[in-house]
Amino acid sequence: MATVFLQAEQIVTQDEFDLVDRAQRFLLLKDESVQIVVFGSVLMGMSCGLIGSYVVTRKLSLFGDTLSHAVLPGIAVGFIWSGEKNNISLLVGATIAGLLGISCLSILRKFTKVQDDSSLGIVLSAFYAVGICLLTRIQKVGYSDQSGLDSFMFGQASALSSDDLIGIIIVLLLISLFIVINYRELLISGFDPGFSRSIGIPTESLQYGLWALITFCVISSLQMVGVILASALLVIPAATASLLVKRMRSYLILACLLGAVAGLGGAFLSFLGERLPTGPLIVIVSGALFTVILFLHPQKGLLIKWIISRSENVRIARENSLKAAFQIIEGKSFEDTLISSQEMMRKRGMSSATIEGEIENLCKAGLASKALHQVSEIKLPRQTRFTLTPSGWEYACRIVRNHRLWELYLTNEAQYAPDHVHEDAEKIEHMIGEETVRQIERLLKNPRRDPHGKLIPSITDIQPVAISQET
Amino acid sequence: MARVLPIEIHDLTVSYQKKPVLYGVDLEIQEGSLVGILGPNGAGKSTLVKTIMNMIRPNGGYVKIFGKDPKIGMKQIGYVPQRESVDWEFPVTVMDVVLMGRYGHLGWLSRVTKYDRQKASECLEQVNMLPYAGRQIGNLSGGQQQRVFLARALAQESSVYLMDEPFAGVDAVTEKTIVSIMQNMKKEGKTLLVVHHDLSSAKEYFDQLLLLNMRKVAFGPTSKVYTHELLQKTYGGRLAVLSEMATEMAKSPELEL
Repeated sequence: MATVFLQAEQIVTQDEFDLVDRAQRFLLLKDESVQIVVFGSVLMGMSCGLIGSYVVTRKLSLFGDTLSHAVLPGIAVGFIWSGEKNNISLLVGATIAGLLGISCLSILRKFTKVQDDSSLGIVLSAFYAVGICLLTRIQKVGYSDQSGLDSFMFGQASALSSDDLIGIIIVLLLISLFIVINYRELLISGFDPGFSRSIGIPTESLQYGLWALITFCVISSLQMVGVILASALLVIPAATASLLVKRMRSYLILACLLGAVAGLGGAFLSFLGERLPTGPLIVIVSGALFTVILFLHPQKGLLIKWIISRSENVRIARENSLKAAFQIIEGKSFEDTLISSQEMMRKRGMSSATIEGEIENLCKAGLASKALHQVSEIKLPRQTRFTLTPSGWEYACRIVRNHRLWELYLTNEAQYAPDHVHEDAEKIEHMIGEETVRQIERLLKNPRRDPHGKLIPSITDIQPVAISQET
Repeated sequence: MARVLPIEIHDLTVSYQKKPVLYGVDLEIQEGSLVGILGPNGAGKSTLVKTIMNMIRPNGGYVKIFGKDPKIGMKQIGYVPQRESVDWEFPVTVMDVVLMGRYGHLGWLSRVTKYDRQKASECLEQVNMLPYAGRQIGNLSGGQQQRVFLARALAQESSVYLMDEPFAGVDAVTEKTIVSIMQNMKKEGKTLLVVHHDLSSAKEYFDQLLLLNMRKVAFGPTSKVYTHELLQKTYGGRLAVLSEMATEMAKSPELEL
């Protein structure tokens, strides 16, 4: 098997071109072989994207995988029967084997208690094993024209003939036609088969139609990507589309486009590179597109999620240092508003570098300002002193107020013990909305003291102090 | 000449994997009735609905819809499946789903008309879901999903409706909406069969009750059927001998492959 893989398979290997020259040749579609491969891979990508949309939305991914493996013995038998690599006999053999595989699945589903995923696994491996045995036998016996038959395992785009291309075009036309005339029926029978049957839509026939088209699509793409990777192209473009759209029509269009882009990209890369196989490259490009969209999706992307959670963390850290600043000032009976980094370190239990960073952040956000002249007579080295700006002070009051109100709410309304409420309030203070705060205020009748007897700061009675200190 | 019954069931027996779920059920539903189907878990409520909808083949007896075989007759029934029976991540919008209710009126290859869209919008309005028309169905709450299903059923404009557990797992607002819509439908002379799981509310919601536990325990006006004795009979354990025989039959070798 390894030798087969190493022989694989790039489009052109005659001479040494430099990359630019190669790219140019590719883009101008100069060589006929390049033309066939490019058209073949793009059209195949489109077919796979279209029919794959139904594979993915109907949760048939494993089914597609099974089908692509199940056609292998059919190809081998077709070859033995005709004695050569005759497209028609291979197609007939593959179709029959595919249908046989589906029948096996139906029988297992209907008459046994074997779970669906197990049935798929059984049929997949059994058919594949038979196929491998037959192919090995063909190679050992030595038919005259057996070369290229093993390309069905891993694909060999360079051997794509114009007949293969015609096959791919026919399959694409069949799939498009089927979808266009049955669009509505496919939609409803995929979403709600029970309801679909009840209004007289031939749900089963449509399903058989889809299965047949999946089979044809797999067979037509075998020469390009091989048995093992064929199902990847059914799944990946459609799964990528599912990340982006909410309606079937746009789903189909996008999956079709993504398939085409993957096909083109794969063909291009394999033409550029040395000794790189086309089929696997198509799958790699397709997978890369999926990964990029998974990360960069504007709302659901992993990157944006990461950024949001990071900015949340920054906000929470900022609010915590504001709260610490408030408590330091409170500890000095609101008389001295100048805070040193030393005091902050003690309060927050953090290293001096972290505290300096936090103070820096507060200043940047306009919530604090560094004291330029050291008022204190004891001059410590590397000691930053800062005051809160009016907006910083208001923000700090709000957080502390949230914290203490919530504590009071828990003890008064939810019968928590006073020593159980702090931890909960530590989280809630950052999340509680303005509206909920007002609601609690009304409920508790604008309280002044928290369960620990501390003042619940309201903006009206503390702000004047702060401003007078500030100016 | 007497009018043809919307639904007539005669000596119906249905088995799941050789285990009878319904046994010799007779039922005659008059036009314009609002019937609640009650029974414990596994009593065959959903099976009855699915048999009427031709999704399960009976082992004995028959179902007739307006005097016809269910295969043809089911098209005259508006069917509301259980909410869990579909994939709510499917790439369709609320409007798309309600429009599906119109598909039965459209011929193959014909397009959805302006009238169909308007009808669908009206039905969405009735269940207070019009503002959500463009939403993907995956973003809806359970109650909203159920209301979308109801809107789809309304869009079908059938004369008979079969609803499978429309009240399961919905919020109070949705429950109220469903009840008032059912009352409206009844006023318009439509026939409704509703599978229900809550005994206490069944008394208020339905004019007639079918008590089911593998056998038809009782069927009639709510005032006559909703009695301690009959409910006890329905919910107080399965019919012992019948159940035993059913288990025996399940064990016997499977002949009809």
